[in-house]
Amino acid sequence: MTAGAVAQASPATWDWDIAQRMFPELLRGLSVTLQATLVGITVAMVLGLGLAMARRSSLPVVRWPVIGFIEFVRSTPLLVQLFFLFFVLPDLGVRLSGFTAGVLGLGLHYATYTSEAYRSGIDNVENGQWEAAVACNLSTRTTWGSVVLPQAIPTVIPALGNYLVAMLKDAPLLSTIAVLELLAVAQGLNSQLFRPLEAFSLAALLFLAVSIPAAILVRYLEKRYGYSRD
Amino acid sequence: MLSSGQLQQLLSGAWTTIQVTAYSAVIGTLLALVGGVSSLSGSRLLRWFTRVYVELFRGVSAIILLFWVYFTLPQLFGIFLTPLQAGMLALGTNMGAYGSEIARGAIQAIPKGQTEAAIAINLSPFRRLRHVVLPQAIVLMLPPFGNLLIEVMKASALVSLIDLSDLTERAQNLRTLRAAASLEIFTAVLVMYFLISLSITLGVRMLERRFGRGLEVGSGLGGAVK
Repeated sequence: MTAGAVAQASPATWDWDIAQRMFPELLRGLSVTLQATLVGITVAMVLGLGLAMARRSSLPVVRWPVIGFIEFVRSTPLLVQLFFLFFVLPDLGVRLSGFTAGVLGLGLHYATYTSEAYRSGIDNVENGQWEAAVACNLSTRTTWGSVVLPQAIPTVIPALGNYLVAMLKDAPLLSTIAVLELLAVAQGLNSQLFRPLEAFSLAALLFLAVSIPAAILVRYLEKRYGYSRD
Repeated sequence: MLSSGQLQQLLSGAWTTIQVTAYSAVIGTLLALVGGVSSLSGSRLLRWFTRVYVELFRGVSAIILLFWVYFTLPQLFGIFLTPLQAGMLALGTNMGAYGSEIARGAIQAIPKGQTEAAIAINLSPFRRLRHVVLPQAIVLMLPPFGNLLIEVMKASALVSLIDLSDLTERAQNLRTLRAAASLEIFTAVLVMYFLISLSITLGVRMLERRFGRGLEVGSGLGGAVK
């Protein structure tokens, strides 16, 4: 829809019939948004942990590129990264579906955030724990797997929850790379029926119906785990 | 390689990105300060109103907010918004909601004794805020505000979706024209975004030093607000 078309629009009132027709389709779109978020956060959680561990590597050739990657990805827009994965990679011979590129983009972008959360979780594990692991002659793998991570990860859970909510809010960006999620469905309905009022308002309301309870749940988690983001 | 004309186009897109970010940041910062102060106000109505604003504008995704502002506000009220106006309104109100929470936290972190002392020397509520509480709270707000500003700058890429010629739109435009290798275009664009973000980080650090001068609060309470 162009600016010119908007200019001609006159004030409109809410039409319940149209809203009712749009609702089931928007709901299906919302479920795609939620699926993308769940897959995306899984990627971000796994990859973020890898980045956090690699960032602590004693080898500068591992550490510095990882730090550079984290800073670069964190400082540039997710939208451009999605375009990169969806439009640029095919020119290099890598063709991804919209959904794959989308969850990969969400996952990569948020991995740089979760890696910082893991990092502070790992930093909070006392030095004595590492020393004890060395004293017991534990392997690197056992030290991480059985000593450090089991203590670090529970303190990171609330922060991960926050990123889950943040990612949910970014998931509608996938509409720009041909994923039929909530916003894409709303846009489609708008261009079919020329009713932006119902299409975008319903999309916003549906979105709030998920994101506000999710945010409240995370705040509750924060309280329970005695962890504060501030 | 990108031709100098193409680079010129990207740079003019970067300038639009900077402008959108700056306008949104002005709106967002004002809303954040007002929101932070009024969420601690004595009036229950004001507190409640702020709460609703924060939850709604933080809860909805920036892109949905942008589309809502751009496509439905005209239909609802018959007012026409240019893409730039819609962009700064959506990004600004979104930033204001997040910023209100930062401002509230920072104001709450200022010791009660400061306000009590200001009351004792008979300062009006406005001057208490203006001359005693806010100058100290701003030092605490700056680092998280810097992060927020970077988030806004990143979110400004969304305005490319409502036909504003920002950096992202220019990149997409060059790519669809097949004017240059897409890898080169997008690498250049990502680097430009990175440089803008780096300048914001450095700028905020300078401001931190400037506002922190002569205040103890920066060192003593620095850890109170992220």
